[in-house]
Amino acid sequence: MAISSALIKEFSVICGKENVLTEEVDRMSYSYDAAVLTPVVPALVVSPPAQEELGKTVKLAYDNDLPITIRGSGTNLSGGVIPEQGDGLVILTNKLNRILEINKEDLYAVVEPGVITAQFAAVVAGHGLFYPPDPGSQAVSTLGGNVAMNAGGLRGLKYGVTKDYVMGMEIFDYRGELVKTGSRTVKCVTGYNMAGLMSCSEGTLGIFSNIIFKLVPPPKASKAMMAVYADINKASETVAGIIAAHIVPCTLEILDQNCIKHVEAYTKAGMPLEAAAILLIEVDGGHAQMVEEDTVNVIEICKKCGATDVRIARNAEEKNTLWEARRNALPALARAKPTTVLEDATVPRSKIPAMVAAVNEIAKKYALDIGTFGHAGDGNLHPTILCDRRNKEEFHRVEAAVDEIFDVALKLQGTLSGEHGIGMAKAKWMEKETNRATIEFSKNLRRALDPKYLFNAGKKVL
Amino acid sequence: MSEQTNSLRNVRQLASMLHELDDMLVSCMRCGICQSVCPIYGATMREADVARGKIALLENLANSMIADAEGVNAKLNRCLLCGSCQKNCPSGVNSLDIFLRARGIVTGYMGLSPVKKIIFRGLLVRPGLFNIFLEISGKFQGLFLKDANTTLGTSCSSLLRPVVGDRHFPALAKEPFHAQLSSLDTPAGASGLRIAFFPGCVSDKLFPNVPAAMLTVMQKHEVGVYMPPDQGCCGIPALASGDRKTYDALVRRNVELFCAGSFDYLITPCATCAATIKEIWPKLLEGHSEKIREKIGLLQKKTIDVSAFLVDVLKVPLPASSREGKRITYHDACHLKKSLGVSEQPRVLLNGLPGWQLVEMPEADRCCGCGGSFSLFHYDLSSQIGQRKRDNIVSVRPDAVATGCPACMMQIMDMLSHNNDHIPVKHVIELYAETL
Repeated sequence: MAISSALIKEFSVICGKENVLTEEVDRMSYSYDAAVLTPVVPALVVSPPAQEELGKTVKLAYDNDLPITIRGSGTNLSGGVIPEQGDGLVILTNKLNRILEINKEDLYAVVEPGVITAQFAAVVAGHGLFYPPDPGSQAVSTLGGNVAMNAGGLRGLKYGVTKDYVMGMEIFDYRGELVKTGSRTVKCVTGYNMAGLMSCSEGTLGIFSNIIFKLVPPPKASKAMMAVYADINKASETVAGIIAAHIVPCTLEILDQNCIKHVEAYTKAGMPLEAAAILLIEVDGGHAQMVEEDTVNVIEICKKCGATDVRIARNAEEKNTLWEARRNALPALARAKPTTVLEDATVPRSKIPAMVAAVNEIAKKYALDIGTFGHAGDGNLHPTILCDRRNKEEFHRVEAAVDEIFDVALKLQGTLSGEHGIGMAKAKWMEKETNRATIEFSKNLRRALDPKYLFNAGKKVL
Repeated sequence: MSEQTNSLRNVRQLASMLHELDDMLVSCMRCGICQSVCPIYGATMREADVARGKIALLENLANSMIADAEGVNAKLNRCLLCGSCQKNCPSGVNSLDIFLRARGIVTGYMGLSPVKKIIFRGLLVRPGLFNIFLEISGKFQGLFLKDANTTLGTSCSSLLRPVVGDRHFPALAKEPFHAQLSSLDTPAGASGLRIAFFPGCVSDKLFPNVPAAMLTVMQKHEVGVYMPPDQGCCGIPALASGDRKTYDALVRRNVELFCAGSFDYLITPCATCAATIKEIWPKLLEGHSEKIREKIGLLQKKTIDVSAFLVDVLKVPLPASSREGKRITYHDACHLKKSLGVSEQPRVLLNGLPGWQLVEMPEADRCCGCGGSFSLFHYDLSSQIGQRKRDNIVSVRPDAVATGCPACMMQIMDMLSHNNDHIPVKHVIELYAETL
């Protein structure tokens, strides 16, 4: 560890000794996130106890040229919080976990970045309101992390993703100065839309101090159903048919054959093993009658498009059973082999059958077990490669397969990542999806806001 | 220099020993979901305190990426072994198994602390001597204990502070259960069933009313009881401290003792003992002969929690649940709910208590923070976690708290007593026995 003891002492003066971790056993546990990548042990870990100390910590680190990685719960899937090489500093946000305001008249909330997503959603629900973004890691992910990665989830099609709920924020710049953007109002055109720029910035532009989130009224009724298909093209036609009928389900999920097979092996719940795909559809809205009408129409569309079976949940218990298949998709796949490489290449929703077919071809070509599930309404698929990272030869095949999955997604006019982020994992692919000018533009932006290139330097744009 | 090479060689040896855990460690996909349920992480928010962090450290130790075995060991011991992470792990990592085995390997390498050596190898493994030691302590404890809370029956002690800290604890029973009744062998009555009865150390020494209530209940329902004398500890305190030798000896002793009798079910009022016999004994078979292994398998099949026995096997008749009467709230012992999957049955019994209504506390299944000897070595952390349990309990204004584990009873009493709450803590079976 090359950070001087004098500098460590300065961090201790700002944050308190108990919030500065120097021991190897402590630092080592901040060397990874949920991506299957090589860990990097940080030289120092600091956990500011409040917003003011966060600003001072950033300034001290920047003045001393320490590469800075901001970390929430460390759940991201792209290596976005794996520390930088050298004297990497990790700043933890999880002590900044206060909900500062929930405003029921003006429908917004102000939070610190370390608040846990699901806990926030529960408190909001307790006030009779709704915060829709529900990333898979919501039980532990932080709101700051959600904004930094622009996290998605199952409700994207109807309710949007994290960025659609960011109204404004306060951020520390590289000098530790507090910058304000956006406001508590529905409309605000004061200055640049910097809150928009910060959403999805992956810790490369500035450090969130607090965030203003939009809240919405909760739906009053909902209905869930499951449609089974012998041909995945028909499932895709159903998705197109539902949208064309001007119905926007709150969730529209797909599981492919291999995924169904793994879920059945794990749950023995009687999944339709012969099916090529199943769709899980939920409609919601402000009026029970409207939801009923939508349900009838969706069932009709499913049948017209060739669903071999459509099941509808008549009560909460049946709804729970239907969703069991989707909830168990990742646990079932994760249990099948030691290592789970979870991708999120995303295509226009009409290209889902082409994407699934290509993924299955790639699985065959590289002799890998890949199960695919995902958000059919968003074209956001999660091809999940089941492997064992200790098997080097196999893991080379996994890497080749991932590269090829990206290639196909781009050919289908899709994108590298729908919601997991670029981080370290996909940075080298950025230019392929965009072009050189985009990379240069992004780097110029970074240099302007981070002249020493210390904010998560090895992530996002190289 | 030579000392350094020596210690490096030793760490390499430790690393190769840890490689036996490799297949279990590799299944952790680092998703971090364990953060949402780990009581220790909830209190400290330190990644090294959660299962994902500990598993990463063990992997690094096994792969010689860290040499600080002592540091890793200290982190390993910051765990309640409550099983919350295992229960909620999306990829099914057997974290309890990993941590118990890792503690054994690391302790084997570093050696057992002298205090633990005296307790486990000197006393625990010899139930007779252990009992005499505690009986003498019980007789003289009045000299240095002071009442802390009369509703709870807890005491505190400034003289014992170096050992027990600022704990408010139930005094050792004047007469432990085994002194009241050393053994029992009664035939199956009208029920046609016979149980083997394992009271467990905490019940025996601190809460003799609990095993006494068990026997009242069995007698009433005409269930025969086989209770062999000189029972040993189930072994979990030794195993949790990495003392595999003592653990194996205790398991062997109890297995031989119980398998000498005939019975349909093995019952204990202690959630931790039940989970140890049913879930842990069958997982750690390496040190045992084929014969003992078979017997462990047999006992595993027969072991059942007492409330599950009453509700699922005996199907005892119960009055309809009431919305009136005194308020009782229930704490899910980790080893009952997370290890054995028993959470409905105790509630069924409590719902049927005449004159009581069951009110659910928030986070009823969140660990109370006891963790056996964890609370001795990490009392600050243990009471920080316990305080959250206490706050959840008092938030529903109960007239009593019930649970299915004497260790949880001890911890909850300590927490309530420190907050000067006058809420009695009872085992479910005590309350049920009162209705007979």
